[in-house]
Amino acid sequence: MTQLLQNIIDGLGRGSIYALLALGVAVVFGIMHLLNFAHGELITIPGYLTYWAFNHGWNWWTVVPLILVSAVGSSLLIERIAFSRVRGAKDFTMLLTSFGVHFIVSALFLLYVSASVKSIQRPGWAADTVALGSLRIEIFDLLVIGVTIVTLLATTWLLQRTMFGLSLRAAASDFEAARLMGVNSDSVIRGAFALSGFLAGIAGIFWLMRAGSVTPTAGIDPMLKGVLAALIGGLGSLRGAVVGGLVLGLAEVLLRAWLPEGIQNLTTGFVFVLIALLFIFKPGGLLAVPQVERV
Amino acid sequence: MLEVTGVTTKYGAISALRDAGLSVGAGEVVGLIGPNGAGKTTLLGSIAGLLRPDMGTVTFDGNDITNVAPEKILRAGLALVPEHRRIFTDMTVEENLKIGGVTVKASERAALLEEMADLFPVLKKKWDVPAGYMSGGEAQQLAIARALMSKPKLLMMDEPSLGLAPILVDLVFDLIEQLRDQGRTILVVEQNATRMLQAADRAYVLRSGEVVASGTGAELLARTDLFDTFVAG
Repeated sequence: MTQLLQNIIDGLGRGSIYALLALGVAVVFGIMHLLNFAHGELITIPGYLTYWAFNHGWNWWTVVPLILVSAVGSSLLIERIAFSRVRGAKDFTMLLTSFGVHFIVSALFLLYVSASVKSIQRPGWAADTVALGSLRIEIFDLLVIGVTIVTLLATTWLLQRTMFGLSLRAAASDFEAARLMGVNSDSVIRGAFALSGFLAGIAGIFWLMRAGSVTPTAGIDPMLKGVLAALIGGLGSLRGAVVGGLVLGLAEVLLRAWLPEGIQNLTTGFVFVLIALLFIFKPGGLLAVPQVERV
Repeated sequence: MLEVTGVTTKYGAISALRDAGLSVGAGEVVGLIGPNGAGKTTLLGSIAGLLRPDMGTVTFDGNDITNVAPEKILRAGLALVPEHRRIFTDMTVEENLKIGGVTVKASERAALLEEMADLFPVLKKKWDVPAGYMSGGEAQQLAIARALMSKPKLLMMDEPSLGLAPILVDLVFDLIEQLRDQGRTILVVEQNATRMLQAADRAYVLRSGEVVASGTGAELLARTDLFDTFVAG
């Protein structure tokens, strides 16, 4: 029982990071039908800046804002340079563009920085635990879960209560109709990328703290988690993305705990089997977006 | 106020609209009637910036708005209630109205929300309900109220009575008359030609992408040669 609780907290900790990544993927997908395979670059780029900053005497207190600002900046820059040129194109064209962005960013770091692993110092408390009854909980997990809850509440407030949030939701529901109401297409798309970048930045802080390193291809793993979680939850649904992230985190941790010794390394494979089963029974994901019949 | 001159709009090689022209003066209610596929929606789309005319010009208050982005045309004072209403189904009635007023100041928006609640009692009752749960007639009223939130100088409506039960069609036309009595300028596309001609100051008849007749409602109703246009709807 204790072990199960321990695993659930661990899974929620992981899942929280996935949820933030998935939410960023879903916000951009909702507004322009772009499944962004370059979402992980919003961790790679701040990752290298973090590496640079630590070599110049910065600490985590100053690096955290650097990660957030650079994640938002990278997101806006990538939109400006790449995605703004394929707006309104076929979904597949945009998908390929995002692959292109991923490969170009990786190649740039490979060429101009290094192919080798660059380490980032983990914060001293990263492995500390607190005892809660018979549970030993990582402070890191508690922090991740807490920050994620605050971020999600703030995002909900933004989407429900501000004109920017309403514009974003209207544009996601019917972009052309939103423009007919006077919603500015440029600002709403840039706003979506900024929000997506900010959420990736929050996730990136914890991702980099836990990974303790960055490589040219460091973005692939967070991108996969974010895209998978968004798919599990139901692409296009923001609530679904959060649920998908938590489910994916829990599935990973519980599978690793329950799989017999010897095949624990196949956890990722089993996760994909579960996802395949999910899509057989619920092709649209857990919280599939209902297709409203327009009459 | 609105001048459309020689507008031709094509879908690929097919001209949906050929050399179409119309004008709307301040305070007028102008109808645009014609059978299915005559190009009525194409004409409204070409005015509102949803479609790019291949030839011709659209001017509004003396400014050329041909090929201008829809959000800029709205800001110039021209609002469109689109075909099929296109309300934001997963947002509440209040949120839909707020988006309609996205271009006006926050204080003014609050006053407009109250005005719409008074003008449309049905909406007031469903204020916090997601718009997807509304009936066709309610949704149509929401679509019109949403467009009014931008304080348009000219309100365009595309088939506001389409798919509504007869009693709701009456309601839509009553509403058009009510808005006319408030002195608003309105351009309405309708298949229900007879009703439209009774409610409009003037009207244009479109057929196969061309404007084939225009005049006051009474003049057009007397034109027996246009009879097929009137029964088509």
